[in-house]
Amino acid sequence: MDNRIRVLVAKPGLDGHDRGAKIIARALRDAGMEVVYTGLRQTPEMIVNAALQEDVQVIGLSILSGAHNAIVPRVMELLREKDMTDVLVVAGGTIPDEDADKLKRAGVAAVYQPGASLDAIVEFIRASVKQPA
Amino acid sequence: MSKTAVDAPVWSTISGIPLEPVYGPEHARPLPPPGEFPYTRGIHPTMYRGKLWTMRQFSGFATPEETNQRYLYLLERGQTGLSVAFDLPTLMGYDADHANCIGEVGKCGVAISSLEDMEVLFRGIPLATVSVSMTINSPAAVIWAMYLAVAEKQGASWTDLNGTLQNDILKEYIAQKEYIYPPRPSMRLVTDVVEFATRSVPKFNPISISGYHIREAGSTAAQELAFTLADGIEYVEWAIERGLDVDEFAPRLSFFFNAHNDFFEEIAKYRAARRIWANVMRDSFGATDERSLKLRFHTQTAGCSLTWQQPYNNVVRTAIQALAAVMGGTQSLHTNSLDEAYALPSEQAVTLALRTQQIIAHESGVTAVADPLGGSWFVESLTDEIEKQALAYIRQIDDMGGIIPAIERSFPQSEIADASYRYQQSIERDERTIVGVNKFNESAGAIDLLHIDESSQQHQCEKLALLRKRRDNGAVANALDALREAARGTKNTMPHILDAVRAYATLGEICDCFREVFGTYTESSVL
Repeated sequence: MDNRIRVLVAKPGLDGHDRGAKIIARALRDAGMEVVYTGLRQTPEMIVNAALQEDVQVIGLSILSGAHNAIVPRVMELLREKDMTDVLVVAGGTIPDEDADKLKRAGVAAVYQPGASLDAIVEFIRASVKQPA
Repeated sequence: MSKTAVDAPVWSTISGIPLEPVYGPEHARPLPPPGEFPYTRGIHPTMYRGKLWTMRQFSGFATPEETNQRYLYLLERGQTGLSVAFDLPTLMGYDADHANCIGEVGKCGVAISSLEDMEVLFRGIPLATVSVSMTINSPAAVIWAMYLAVAEKQGASWTDLNGTLQNDILKEYIAQKEYIYPPRPSMRLVTDVVEFATRSVPKFNPISISGYHIREAGSTAAQELAFTLADGIEYVEWAIERGLDVDEFAPRLSFFFNAHNDFFEEIAKYRAARRIWANVMRDSFGATDERSLKLRFHTQTAGCSLTWQQPYNNVVRTAIQALAAVMGGTQSLHTNSLDEAYALPSEQAVTLALRTQQIIAHESGVTAVADPLGGSWFVESLTDEIEKQALAYIRQIDDMGGIIPAIERSFPQSEIADASYRYQQSIERDERTIVGVNKFNESAGAIDLLHIDESSQQHQCEKLALLRKRRDNGAVANALDALREAARGTKNTMPHILDAVRAYATLGEICDCFREVFGTYTESSVL
């Protein structure tokens, strides 16, 4: 049985800036995780469905358009509706501190702002995902 | 000694070009002076003595009413041209009330859904005299039609209009990713604009062939140059295919490059760009008008180089980048604001960014002499090297059948993704220093940011609902039918887009006609 951590890297909203998402996806893959990248312009519904189908333990949301306050809480709401609250959600992008706090209160495990270290992200995911015995 | 070598193991440009410790006469050859073919040293004999670059800050946020106020503010402070940033719904051809736009309206730029919004955006700004650049691509023809209609209403003659439409769809597939339709019908719309401009709006630049976004996506300097010029070659081929004479439209093609951190590499890039373009236009396309051979460009400092940490450091980065653009002979310049790693810039931050340009222009002395670094053994050698690397890419793309087949097989996309990952890893491994990020860290105090709330969306949706009631909906339907018909045929769509816009058909309605006829594009994502 494959014990690798399964991660969905997702680009929600209309934002096409995928440099960060692609770098994160590669870094997680290089760290031994199994990474599914959604591609661009995914609705919260599409992202949560993909997470369900791919049976991932982690969803990484990359948003650089400023639409995070509308999009991320919607993803969290859908996860609750589908009883998927055990999925770890992390977000990254141009998200100011006060918004980051708001997103964390909505259930996001970590928010990574520009300049965040790839190692720190990898370590956080490794430490936070509950691995099946 | 050995300590220094360990601390600074990378002796290459930011793009990875290896560097000698010192350069000598063997590294350079004499060049013709500025203003002479192939214009490596600049397109004018005396450069900024004749005319300074245009100081053009890219700006737009929230509603057209608010952005109009920002434009008037910038013009009062000595800015010499406008540059419109549109929000993501507008860039993607959606009206503000479309279901896909929740949370996006007015966030990355100004929201424009109809001619009514465009009228507000330019209220009190005479389009006959102020030059306006518009960063819009997939829906470029529609937004430009709205602009032309506003000019008409102001009583300005189209033949007097100055400005630039980005209208560069190819780099969208490569880097910026704001495409709607597949490449070939998109290229047809681009060519419709080029043809219409050539015939009816002759002083307007119908395309700004852009490397900026390619670099922001993580490319090297040589990739930025190569993919941009390959895109340029494709536009020229389509316009000639349309029946235009190369010297009729080529003088109005303009370019847009990034100014990243590596000072000399950037200067070399601009110099190499001019030389390659002049040779391509003369030798591959037989252009004879001198203006067709001269590569004119706008520069923006590198948004991706700005750091979240210690944001005031960004002022210094931007000043160095802007200086490179000027020493490289740019025709216009946008300097980023210190807060742009966080949000769109505050009024205070954008003023400081504009002042940076004014200090370079009026205090530094660099404007007195054309191509001040010409003849530098190092700069000439670097110019040759970047030219060589870019030409190798252009040949490779040629062998694939041109940039469209190359895009379809994700060639430029993969090259950029690889370069971007390499760059990020070099920072992670501390092979490269980013001040305040992986060295000299400290926690910095907060800065004041521009906040855009959700009221823009509501405001825009309410205006749109009123417009849909007030306008003559029969006339809108007729105009849209005629447009759909034109899209199915081969004639220029611009006159029909203009009719639809004048009837107050919305951006979304017009783009939907094209979606119906052309279909939409989904990329195969490469990691």
